[in-house]
Amino acid sequence: MTVAISGEDLAVKLEAQFPASIVKSSPDSLTVKSEFLLQVAWHLKATPELGFDYLTSITAVDYGNYFELVYHLMSLEHNHILVLKTHCYGRDEPVAPSLVSLWQGADFQEREVYDLMGIRFDGHPNMKRLLLWDGFQGHPLRKDYSNDT
Amino acid sequence: MTLKTEHFALNLGPVHPSTHGVFRLIATLDGEVIVDIEPVVGYLHRGIEKLAEGRTYKENIPFTDRLDYLAAMSNNLVYAMAVEKLAEIPVPERAEYLRVIMAELQRIASHLVGIGAFIQDLGAFGTPILYMWREREKILDLFDMVCGQRLHYNYMRFGGVSHDIPDEFLPALAKFVDRMPGFIDEYDQLLSENEIVLVRSKGVGILPKDLAINASTSGPVLRASGVKWDIRRADPYSIYNRFEFDIPICTGGDSYDRYWIRMKEMRQSIRIIKQAMEQLPKGKVLNKAPLRLRPPAGEVYTRIESPRGELGFYLVSDNSERPYRFHIRAPALINLTALRQMLIGWKLADAIIVFGSIDIVLGEVDR
Repeated sequence: MTVAISGEDLAVKLEAQFPASIVKSSPDSLTVKSEFLLQVAWHLKATPELGFDYLTSITAVDYGNYFELVYHLMSLEHNHILVLKTHCYGRDEPVAPSLVSLWQGADFQEREVYDLMGIRFDGHPNMKRLLLWDGFQGHPLRKDYSNDT
Repeated sequence: MTLKTEHFALNLGPVHPSTHGVFRLIATLDGEVIVDIEPVVGYLHRGIEKLAEGRTYKENIPFTDRLDYLAAMSNNLVYAMAVEKLAEIPVPERAEYLRVIMAELQRIASHLVGIGAFIQDLGAFGTPILYMWREREKILDLFDMVCGQRLHYNYMRFGGVSHDIPDEFLPALAKFVDRMPGFIDEYDQLLSENEIVLVRSKGVGILPKDLAINASTSGPVLRASGVKWDIRRADPYSIYNRFEFDIPICTGGDSYDRYWIRMKEMRQSIRIIKQAMEQLPKGKVLNKAPLRLRPPAGEVYTRIESPRGELGFYLVSDNSERPYRFHIRAPALINLTALRQMLIGWKLADAIIVFGSIDIVLGEVDR
């Protein structure tokens, strides 16, 4: 049975290693500042007892004044999961660090988030739209996107 | 003297018989050898995630049929499970068993198409796939009996399934599970040691174990690369922990192994169906869920082992009738992440086989 790692327990350990990196923690998830995302993700992958070797899913949610990026991480060896989150501000061109350098599985998923939600991933080797065509205007999964155009 | 060659780009698809739908591959070639490829997807994009935000939870069930249309039951199931978790709706025992039977029948049906199309990609055009179609037809007949549909079932409900099975279903299912192992033996005899199949797929398009994990592949693609990971066992959902079955793995990670693992998985699915038929309890199949369902605010990620891998739904509820966010973790799309590394250095004709061995469904890739 897969065990969900508590964000609260992990936050205590991470706060010691990366001071002021945690925004919020709960038993279900852990939210870090986006400038710390790459370091924290690297730590989660490289620390043997955490061993998050598998990036299950990346998605984003539009909450109006910010975008929430949601990463579902998993360790095949330890069979545990973690929901890692980060917030991106600004609606013109929000930016988050790309995790492709750690998990290649982020490649298409980050392009999809960019395409549909309009969050640019810094460091992605091929940051362009995935599903929609290059000349498409807007990002449909944003809540202020209108279907009427 | 060495010949100087020049690279050129070749477009495969979007409409091409080997792409199993509308999918485009831009291949840069040096003669026949692939130097680089770029997959281009999205030709079947219908914006289902956006559409779902405008409809009620229940209205979205038929949308899930139209994602992976070769495994609509699995898509129905995981969406229903996600909403049940969000709204805390219990499921009756009998419905759980029916769900497992349908999901495993669906796995066999989907693998039959996967194997048939793969053999077709190898150049055996027309005939072998009809052997697989013959048995898949029997499964579609069974689905037709329970829900009146052959492809888009709309069978799962929040709190159970839409109909109980009719009287003629179990005898027909018993006949099917008795006969199916013999048919799998027949495919084995025809294909598994066929020299052309072996020569064209053994060692072709290898996906190493570490890359398979790093590129987030799942399902038969991951297991063919030697990772013993099946969500039915690793994180049992529904009632899968009540059944005995093995998780076949291969270690080669080549196109043949991805074919072979599907053959083995079909036998395991039959094992599960047989046990589920023996244990099938009597009782109701649907707990009433509110017609205008408003799950409490929160979020949920639910996943199952679909025929193509880890199929997950990430739902965010704001306590309204419609999901605030409806995201599908599509295994078929993510399994393509490593395609570039798998193809570089192989000939163009091999690309068709390697691509076929991943077994994608464009309805799910593009959503």
